[in-house]
Amino acid sequence: MAEKTLRGAFPLSTRLLTERVGIAPMIAAVVLALIILAAIFAPLIVPHDPILQDPVMRLKPPSAEYLLGTDAYGRDLLSRVIYGARVSLMIGIGVTIMAVVLGLAIGLVSGFFRTADAIVMRVMDGLMAMPSVLLAIAIVSLMGASIWTVMAAITIPEIPRVVRLVRSIVLSAREEPYVEAAIALGTSMPRVLWRHLMPNTFAPLTVQATYVCASAILTEAILSFLGAGVSTETPTWGNIMAEARIYFQLKPMLILWPGLALSLCILSINLLGDAARDILDPRMGKRED
Amino acid sequence: MPVLQIEDLHVSVDSKAGLEVVHGISIEINEGETVCLVGESGSGKSVSSLATMGLLPKGSLKVTSGRILLDGENLLDLSPAQLRDARATRMSMIFQEPMTALNPVIKVGEQITEVLQAHTKLSNADCHARVMDILDQVGLPDIERIARSYPHQLSGGQRQRIMIAMALVLEPRLLIADEPTTALDVTTQLQILKLIKDLQVKHGTAVLFITHDMGVVAEIADRVYVMNRGDLVEDGPVSQILSAPQKDYTRQLLSSVPSLVPRPARPVTDPKPALQVSELNKIYGGGKFLSKTKTTHAARDVTFELKAGRTLGIVGESGSGKSTVARCVMRMIDPSSGGIRVGGQEIAGLTRGGLHPFRKKLQMVFQDPYRSLNPRLTIEESIIEGPVNYGMPKDQARARAAELLELVGLPASAAQRYPHMFSGGQRQRIAIARALAMEPELLVADEAVSALDVSVQAQVLELLAEIQQRTGIAILFITHDLRVAAQICDEVCVMRRGEVVEIGATGDVLGNPQHEYTQALLSAAPGRDWDFANFRPVAA
Repeated sequence: MAEKTLRGAFPLSTRLLTERVGIAPMIAAVVLALIILAAIFAPLIVPHDPILQDPVMRLKPPSAEYLLGTDAYGRDLLSRVIYGARVSLMIGIGVTIMAVVLGLAIGLVSGFFRTADAIVMRVMDGLMAMPSVLLAIAIVSLMGASIWTVMAAITIPEIPRVVRLVRSIVLSAREEPYVEAAIALGTSMPRVLWRHLMPNTFAPLTVQATYVCASAILTEAILSFLGAGVSTETPTWGNIMAEARIYFQLKPMLILWPGLALSLCILSINLLGDAARDILDPRMGKRED
Repeated sequence: MPVLQIEDLHVSVDSKAGLEVVHGISIEINEGETVCLVGESGSGKSVSSLATMGLLPKGSLKVTSGRILLDGENLLDLSPAQLRDARATRMSMIFQEPMTALNPVIKVGEQITEVLQAHTKLSNADCHARVMDILDQVGLPDIERIARSYPHQLSGGQRQRIMIAMALVLEPRLLIADEPTTALDVTTQLQILKLIKDLQVKHGTAVLFITHDMGVVAEIADRVYVMNRGDLVEDGPVSQILSAPQKDYTRQLLSSVPSLVPRPARPVTDPKPALQVSELNKIYGGGKFLSKTKTTHAARDVTFELKAGRTLGIVGESGSGKSTVARCVMRMIDPSSGGIRVGGQEIAGLTRGGLHPFRKKLQMVFQDPYRSLNPRLTIEESIIEGPVNYGMPKDQARARAAELLELVGLPASAAQRYPHMFSGGQRQRIAIARALAMEPELLVADEAVSALDVSVQAQVLELLAEIQQRTGIAILFITHDLRVAAQICDEVCVMRRGEVVEIGATGDVLGNPQHEYTQALLSAAPGRDWDFANFRPVAA
């Protein structure tokens, strides 16, 4: 009977979904969709070229032509913020995919085979002992800054968190009688992992993925701000803020707008992650009373 | 006036549809009386007791009509605070699993003291005296030490005694016991039942005892209420219910209880041994070199033989090592030493890869039918997994799965459905079909019917016997239930603390036990003096 109640709680229509998770995730989804659309269609919607410098128009206040004003090189701030979303989202999504795929593979193996576990988890412990931004800076300075190295540099510190999550799920799931039954049926180890253990990780991984994504976008902004990210010519939210830093007292708006875009984006992703957790894991979800 | 009087109680699911789960039951319990509420799972017996305690899960179940009178006062009209007060002082409850009902991080003495402090204004010294007094009354040894122990340091029986002490320390008028002995071994169960009876006589408490076990009913009840699917089927004095039940459902329930009198052994048809276990040892712990830890000898020199087409039962209480033996035979764990021969082939020392060809010959049915099937696979996918692993084409495996489903008494349409759509008994049938798909020579059933209701249990046992007759499979049947062992096994092996204490034909071991432990087990079996299926006492 308890099962029936739980299944009944799964959303079948939008109305039910809002009832279950509240209105905030809906707004978050709309905001995030707008950011994604803006990033995809950036070349079509920006009013100006984001890297075209115009010394005459330096540090202009908002006007009809430059909606958010211009920066120290006379570039349109709005266009730069919209283009910045491209890098942020690309890195967020890229890092998430890489961290989840690698973390899932390592976590599955480590949770199932004891010998592998002993080695893998010590490596992961070592990685987690290092501050992720510091590790990323080290990797970027070793390999040189490009969007790919930045992506790799952010992915590596994220992997241990995914591995730990997957491993803990596998550790508890492998004690289930149905896993023992599969072994008794002569199912090979890779197949037991793939068919009987991996599906257990999907729901918690979906939730974790949103946090990884938000954290990756933030780390990218930090790296750019510190000058260790993608090259300064590419407009990213972190780069725009770094350049605007010296004019902060003069033109605080130059930092405000990219900062606001960053905050909105991360808040939306986190809210969606919370909503996903409420839906996918009914034990953590809100009670219907 | 009765202590507890439930009048026309209706309980429904708390939602718009409002499915009713208890349809108007009425129960009466007098002072000093034990009333048993009997029924299979889903009968509403626990829901009724929780409603009485005001403990129905909020937001999922609610009382829709009726009255629950405790000494003439309607509990349903009380405010939450009044109800909370009544719960400890005038009525209390003990649960099935004492480990989860006790707080693991507080010493048990303090947990009992807490009850006293919440409801009385006794001084610390008086509290302590009361706690020691009740611990003494529930028959615990060395009470000062026990009071300073944490729950995990006590045995299951001791924990249940603590629960009883906690429930009775304020001398309530009513004690509700919800399957309090189900998780305990038979010898402990007997002691706890005696204890409840003794304390009841001493304090004049009214006891509402909820159980599914007819043996326990025969031991403890004064009057019995039989419930089925939320309806009260029948009630009356225990002797009347057991000897002359009026309703079909009660008769059916009683006739499903397996008899303790062993069935006659079958003649040996095939002298070929299916399984030979010799001097099997399993030692847990021991640590690595440099770090010595305490070792547990879970199985010590276990030796037995099982012939094709026959059933060997391994019986014993928890911790006897019976499951360890089963898991060693299945090679789920590696034995420390000794031999396991399946069909004449030694498998004890084989590696994972070397074992592959022999996995086919031994299959297992697990205790918990809710966890032994992968919830994400359809029934068909589960059943064909094994044969496909051994190279059977999928189409052929599917056709075979359909035959097997029919064999275990399920419709062919079951193949495309998922495990959650089936009841416990049906799932156990599916698990049996999955094991049979491999055409094994040996089936290991680890408490395979323990989680099932008696009527379903009887059906599954019948199915196993029928399959055995048809296929000549050998069955290694692990159980704690002597009644089940008596009905299905040709030979029985009794284990205690890792050692085999007695082994032989079922009729000899259970009919004329030689070892004192076997005798103790038999005399502790609840309801041993009653022949349930024939509605009369066992002929001496």
